Amino acid sequence: MATEATGNEKTGDENVDTAGGELVRFEKVVKRFGGNTVLDQLDFTVDAGKHVTLIGPSGSGKTTILRLLMTLTQPDEGRILVDGQPLDKEVRKKIGMVFQQFNLFPNMRVLRNVTEAPVRVLGLSKDEATERAKELLEMVGLGDKLDAYPTQLSGGQQQRVAIARALAMRPKVLLLDEVTSALDPELVAGVLDVLRDIARTTDITMLCVTHEMNFARDISDRVLMFDSGRVIEAGPPEQIFNDPQQQRTREFLSAVL
Amino acid sequence: MSTWSWSYVGHIMPDILKGLLVTVEATLLGSLISFVLGLVWALALRSSTRWVRWPVQAVTEFVRSTPLLVQLFFWFYVLPSTGVSFSPLTTGVLGLGLHYSTYTAEVYRAGIDGVPVGQWEAATALSLPRRHTWTAVILPQAVRRVVPVLGNYVIAMFKDTPLLAAITVLDMLGEARLDSAASFRYMEPITVVGILFVVIAYPTSLLMRALERRLGN
Repeated sequence: MATEATGNEKTGDENVDTAGGELVRFEKVVKRFGGNTVLDQLDFTVDAGKHVTLIGPSGSGKTTILRLLMTLTQPDEGRILVDGQPLDKEVRKKIGMVFQQFNLFPNMRVLRNVTEAPVRVLGLSKDEATERAKELLEMVGLGDKLDAYPTQLSGGQQQRVAIARALAMRPKVLLLDEVTSALDPELVAGVLDVLRDIARTTDITMLCVTHEMNFARDISDRVLMFDSGRVIEAGPPEQIFNDPQQQRTREFLSAVL
Repeated sequence: MSTWSWSYVGHIMPDILKGLLVTVEATLLGSLISFVLGLVWALALRSSTRWVRWPVQAVTEFVRSTPLLVQLFFWFYVLPSTGVSFSPLTTGVLGLGLHYSTYTAEVYRAGIDGVPVGQWEAATALSLPRRHTWTAVILPQAVRRVVPVLGNYVIAMFKDTPLLAAITVLDMLGEARLDSAASFRYMEPITVVGILFVVIAYPTSLLMRALERRLGN
């Protein structure tokens, strides 16, 4: 079961590996909630610079993986390594996360949402942080909203601020947790465009959980299909979406596509 | 029954206004203490150390469950026997502040609990230090939610200040009683005190309601 989950070798994508090597590694990770085993002896790795998408039915443990990486919850068994080191508060600084519900700080203006952590955590000067924030907000198309409060923005705009806020910490890995699920349909495209841009123009590693299959197909180097806390199939998007090997994957895709 | 005498009202008014000043002073200082101390309790009650949590829980529960008047007597008559003594007004302000802090602690607790868990998670995702998460993210949102409720406790405290007269503070009621005792006229002083309470408390509560609406959205 664990060997099946590893899945790395059979896709052969070590041929296109960039110099970065392995950035995230899960080793036999088990996570239970009550009597329910959400992740079952999970092994998987993400190489630096890759864009990996986790798909699968709700409750299959995809979001739990992101939450484990962000230390929002702790594994019951197993090890998680990031950049070769065991996950702790220091290592966590290499990880950024964008949430389904945006989670902007409503008591701060847009600009300060983006500058707060770089100033407090990375020790940037206020000017440096402001400059960086303005660039990022410009990039996500919100250069004119610096002084707005989050509640004055649409959901799509808030999510783009949240992306800028995460990127301002210059993370090596960006976790995207169903970032369009809480958005009105007409706002989804704007957010996905921004993420496509980031995927194309930066070398940031992305780990996304999404129900947007077209987006997954667009940006992913690898797609992992989850079911019942395990990776049941992994491969490049063309393979997973066009020629899935597992019956369960076929069923899932025909239900969501 | 004697008839209402406006000239007597005029005669006692300066004393009563002097008392009003003391009443307002006691309310404002007492509120300030209850705001600060209540926050301290609320944070201590969330401590991960049970040796912090339990004593604070016990003390606040005890203070909340005993009458303010008994507490005031305790501070006024018992405390001096341990060598600590303050003026009646200081004792009263501390007593009010302590008593009400056990209520404001609950208010803060509700406010803190009301901040969505996503705010904590976002702070974690940005690696904000715990202390900074409290001061920059959680408390500003929590306090904003509870300002109107805290305001209502200020009004409640304002209406409790006459209890200070029992420990010889010359607040509005204390002054009124002095005047009454000298003239054997009770109707005017006590009525004037009552009216002054309404005149201050009612508009203040309207103000709080307006504030609540403003902060609500």
